[in-house]
Amino acid sequence: MKKFFANQWLVMLVFSAVILTMPIWLSPIGAGYPDLLQKFMIFGIFAIGFNILFGLTGYLSFGHAAFLGVGSYAAVWSFKLLTMNVLPAIIFAIIVAGLFSVVIGYISLRRSGIYFSILTLAFAQMSYNLAYSVLTPVTNGETGLQLERADPRIIDSLFVEPTEGLPLTNFFSLSLSGYEGFYFCAAFLIIGFFISLRIFRSPFGLKLRAIKSNQTRMQYTGFSTKPYLLSAFVISGMYAGLAGGLMAATDPLAGAERMQWTASGEVVLMTILGGVGTLIGPLLGVGIIKYFENIFSAINENVLMAAYSGLPEGLQHFLVTVSSPFVGEGWHLTLGLMFMLVVIFLPGGIMEGFDRIKRLLMKPFSRNKDAVESAEEGH
Amino acid sequence: MGVGTGNTVLKVDGVTKTFGGLRALDDLNLTIEEGTVHAIIGPNGAGKSTMLNVCIGQLKPDTGTVTFDGEVITGKQPFEINQAGVSRVFQTPAIFEDLSVLQNVMIPAIAHRDGKFKLNPFSILEKQDDIEGRAVEILERLRLTELMDKHAGSMSRGNKRRLELAMCLVQQPRLLLLDEPTAGMSRHDTNRTIDILKQIKEGGMTKVIIEHDMHVVFSVADRISVLARGHIIAEGTPDEIKGNPVVQEAYLGGSVE
Repeated sequence: MKKFFANQWLVMLVFSAVILTMPIWLSPIGAGYPDLLQKFMIFGIFAIGFNILFGLTGYLSFGHAAFLGVGSYAAVWSFKLLTMNVLPAIIFAIIVAGLFSVVIGYISLRRSGIYFSILTLAFAQMSYNLAYSVLTPVTNGETGLQLERADPRIIDSLFVEPTEGLPLTNFFSLSLSGYEGFYFCAAFLIIGFFISLRIFRSPFGLKLRAIKSNQTRMQYTGFSTKPYLLSAFVISGMYAGLAGGLMAATDPLAGAERMQWTASGEVVLMTILGGVGTLIGPLLGVGIIKYFENIFSAINENVLMAAYSGLPEGLQHFLVTVSSPFVGEGWHLTLGLMFMLVVIFLPGGIMEGFDRIKRLLMKPFSRNKDAVESAEEGH
Repeated sequence: MGVGTGNTVLKVDGVTKTFGGLRALDDLNLTIEEGTVHAIIGPNGAGKSTMLNVCIGQLKPDTGTVTFDGEVITGKQPFEINQAGVSRVFQTPAIFEDLSVLQNVMIPAIAHRDGKFKLNPFSILEKQDDIEGRAVEILERLRLTELMDKHAGSMSRGNKRRLELAMCLVQQPRLLLLDEPTAGMSRHDTNRTIDILKQIKEGGMTKVIIEHDMHVVFSVADRISVLARGHIIAEGTPDEIKGNPVVQEAYLGGSVE
């Protein structure tokens, strides 16, 4: 694994190939449609960023959805005021979320452990409630922030004739619906993954991991740890802002529910399920949770009947009765059980599972290698 | 003695530190000469570790000052004091248990090069040959090279202590503070540590060592201060201390030798 990650261009090539061919290899399991693919990309970016904070420093933020929400609002305002082009909207989303995370991070990082988590949770819930109440002029309260025909769109009004209906988001002349939207988000995911890869391999990444391991030792080793933690916090906040901006780019509205604590909790689950502190783990977590949420939840009794159709009728009915609580509305049950199993048996997430399988398969080889090494030491 | 340079590198001046009703340090005065190995001995609870904690900024004294290299360091942050050139080996090994042995030594090497804060998220760790080279060199000196890729947390206590010493040495500190560096070590490991401590004498580094093992103290120390009830009751060369009746009574008497 170490050697594999050593060649970053090879890693990026394989990674990009896997991501860009997703519409092909995900269609047999029913997940190859653009709407879900976009979700994979957007939440993938969110989780990669979250993992830079949680995975490397061990600081568990329970309020990262706030940055995602702020990014969405910033992007929609850019659509309303400036242009329907998504590029400024996304830049705007990243910057605003970044500034917001500087403030929240600066205050929350005065504490560590559970107190840090509670502070971030409090800030996110505060933002959520403010978006519903006091900040209604900015957020449009319960209705959510939407595009209107009467929006000024200063830049667009100079170049384009206003259309009959609501204008659509675009990337210059490219529309962002369907697969175009997926590839647009995929490009950002690939860039985001590359940045994360570089951070993991940099001295900065090592320092963050050392802070997770022993922060006191870091201070006696000559490092001022707060600025490092704040940098990680802001970087992950900006990733969340980017994810929020992309959400608005593919579907130009923003609602306060994106900031709710359940949304923050979801990214925590994704990261833990896949593997905290690993590069790929959070993406696996995103894939599994979003797949369950969208595909598993759509399975009903008829689908189950069809799946067991080859069996004798009695057995078929029995199996349908047994499995139906786990699908459809019950998908949370399956996910919950899976999460419990992973946390209990694989604390390092699914990535740890892969690691164990790999070690098991490599065992005969590594024993030989050890034998060779000890023989060499003997000389 | 003629070992040191004659300059004062560390000066503890009238330091008092109380915890509740307990006076852990009571008007402590101590001067450490540059280039020497200065041992601090004394019974348990005499205030030895508290003194080191004050020196590295972990504790703030109630009164008094600590001066390092002519600069007052009381009230400074631990990382500032380290950057000024003070490294410490703790009584219980303070290492990065989750990282590899090599990484454990690379981190202080990076601190020495980059200072207290430098954001370098895009440089590649494996390509920092200067850092890795220095880390490997120190690990070789402490005979830890074969454990380089191991998880630091999985090592024996003795190896953890040597690793922590490596982490301090890689920073080339001007002042190295050692809190019982051989406690819990086997005779063999203790002798090896004595050899290492004697070896790094050549670097011109000043070392302050807290130690209960008189074999270690008399093997490495140029000067000895005896601490009891929060202040220095005697100071001198090893021979002077051995013959001092006050010390005999307060500390060495019967229990140790």
